[in-house]
Amino acid sequence: MIVGQGIFQGMAVTLKTFFQTYAWGRVLLRAVGVKPSEGLVTIEYPDVKQKHHERFRVFPFLVYDASPDDLRCVSCKICEQECPPQCIHITGPAKDEQGRPAKAHGRTYPVEFSIDTSICMSCRICVDVCPFDAIEMDNAYELSSDERKDSMWMTKDALLKPNEYFQKIKPAEAAEVDARLAAKAAKAAAAAAPKPAAPQTPPPASAAGAA
Amino acid sequence: MSPDAATPVSELLEVSLGPQHPSTHGVFRMNAVLDGETIVKLKPVMGYLHRNHEQIGEGTSYIASFPFTDRLDYFCAMSNNLGLALAIERLGGIAVSERGEYLRVIMAELTRVLNHVAVTGFLLNDMGAFGTPLLYAFREREKILDFFEAASGSRMMCNYVRPGGVRVDVPPGWCDQVRAFVSGFPRFLDEFETLLTQNEIIRQRTQGVGVLPKALAVNASVTGPLLRASGVNYDIRKADAYSIYARFPFKVPLGTVGDVYDRYYVRILEIRESLKILQQALKEIPDGPSVSPKGAALVKAPRTFRPPKGEAYGRIEAPKGELGFYLVSDGTPQPYRYHIRAPSFVNLTILEDMCLGQKVADAIVILGSIDIVMGEVDR
Repeated sequence: MIVGQGIFQGMAVTLKTFFQTYAWGRVLLRAVGVKPSEGLVTIEYPDVKQKHHERFRVFPFLVYDASPDDLRCVSCKICEQECPPQCIHITGPAKDEQGRPAKAHGRTYPVEFSIDTSICMSCRICVDVCPFDAIEMDNAYELSSDERKDSMWMTKDALLKPNEYFQKIKPAEAAEVDARLAAKAAKAAAAAAPKPAAPQTPPPASAAGAA
Repeated sequence: MSPDAATPVSELLEVSLGPQHPSTHGVFRMNAVLDGETIVKLKPVMGYLHRNHEQIGEGTSYIASFPFTDRLDYFCAMSNNLGLALAIERLGGIAVSERGEYLRVIMAELTRVLNHVAVTGFLLNDMGAFGTPLLYAFREREKILDFFEAASGSRMMCNYVRPGGVRVDVPPGWCDQVRAFVSGFPRFLDEFETLLTQNEIIRQRTQGVGVLPKALAVNASVTGPLLRASGVNYDIRKADAYSIYARFPFKVPLGTVGDVYDRYYVRILEIRESLKILQQALKEIPDGPSVSPKGAALVKAPRTFRPPKGEAYGRIEAPKGELGFYLVSDGTPQPYRYHIRAPSFVNLTILEDMCLGQKVADAIVILGSIDIVMGEVDR
């Protein structure tokens, strides 16, 4: 083997790669009988943004259905317990004057729900463990800030987002969740429908609780 | 200064390389003692990146340790997940769904391709070939990371493999895209090899450098491509045949000399074998649930998983070597003891023996050829 052959062959590869990143270079390569592979693969970030896959996940958010007080979270605190870096902080469930759990839209709700996004590692375990599909992963990623207290400590107001937003950013996942919730609601309705005939005791108790 | 100029006194020079040094792959420090340019003593100093992973794992449920394993060897999150999943499955007797097994093998082998191609780029960077090979490698790595993002939602911190299978099935069309990528990859690899394998400068720089004799490699319990480059036929995929690796016929590439060049070349050959496994796995992958019912229940409610008292050791052939997870259960939802056998850490202990008698510039190349990630060394 000729000394230096390996180096020249390597240089031919870099030269080819250089040419194929330009349109004129690709024409030139084809003209000399070299099949160019893909061209320029980088994108100019702030001007052009990468298209992310649907499952791309950044920090979690809380889903609400019709209005912000109709949130799905019932303050069961499972996510707070399971969160690996312990970044979820829940105060609640909300109580009324007598100290009984207060309800909105038939559900208990958290007084405060905050996520310390300076600790959160977007692992999605809170979404996996939530029995009510109340928490989902966001995909907004330009969240840098110059301090680590106020803007990175996301409170309930910042975390609450409508279900329409979830449907917009993750259509397939949201469809799955909606179908599951609809099935659950139908099952609950079916279970509730024949019941009132036999036991009449629970409704007054819940009515008193609501009052 | 000697008073007699005719008989100069040579003194040993102590040089501290790192912890903030571009060639040390993270916060790692080498205290080298030099006689002229030759290394006579080299002491690795580690622990700058200690994050208390094992203790944290003992204070959370079994599932909650998965996102932390992503951060051990942050190049190979998928295989790290697989190692812990194997240990938990052995501990709790969890069956794995058929499709889940295939998906895990595909992910683990994609990780191997990704890791080997990237580490080759880094090795060349350490040798002074700034940029070009590394960027070629990263261009391909980026495509694999895109597949990981499509499947798991995150490029590097995947948190995807679970006991009993994988967390969620891959999106529709994913397997076809990976199939197209795998069939196109040899073309890139040939090009990459044209750039590197026969290059005279690389051969001069790496052949005969950092030789690790077979006996020493075995005695130091080195694993992975580092061991196989020294000519020892030991691959846990063959020796243990975990998961479904027994179904895939593949060769274990071996080196002869055990120098830096062999390590580079064994990695390239391993990529080719991984591509064969990938092709077969993508052809045979069955439909069905991606996770077994018991595994799915575990994902939904991690605290309900109370494995019986006992211990389990799950090990895999991670791209860097034997990655083992040792779990001891006392019947509670949290492990009583959680230990990780990290390949980077064990392989790094042999650094001094490889560097003695070499030039100081070679130490950088030898370190690059071991393939370490400090997240795994320090844990």
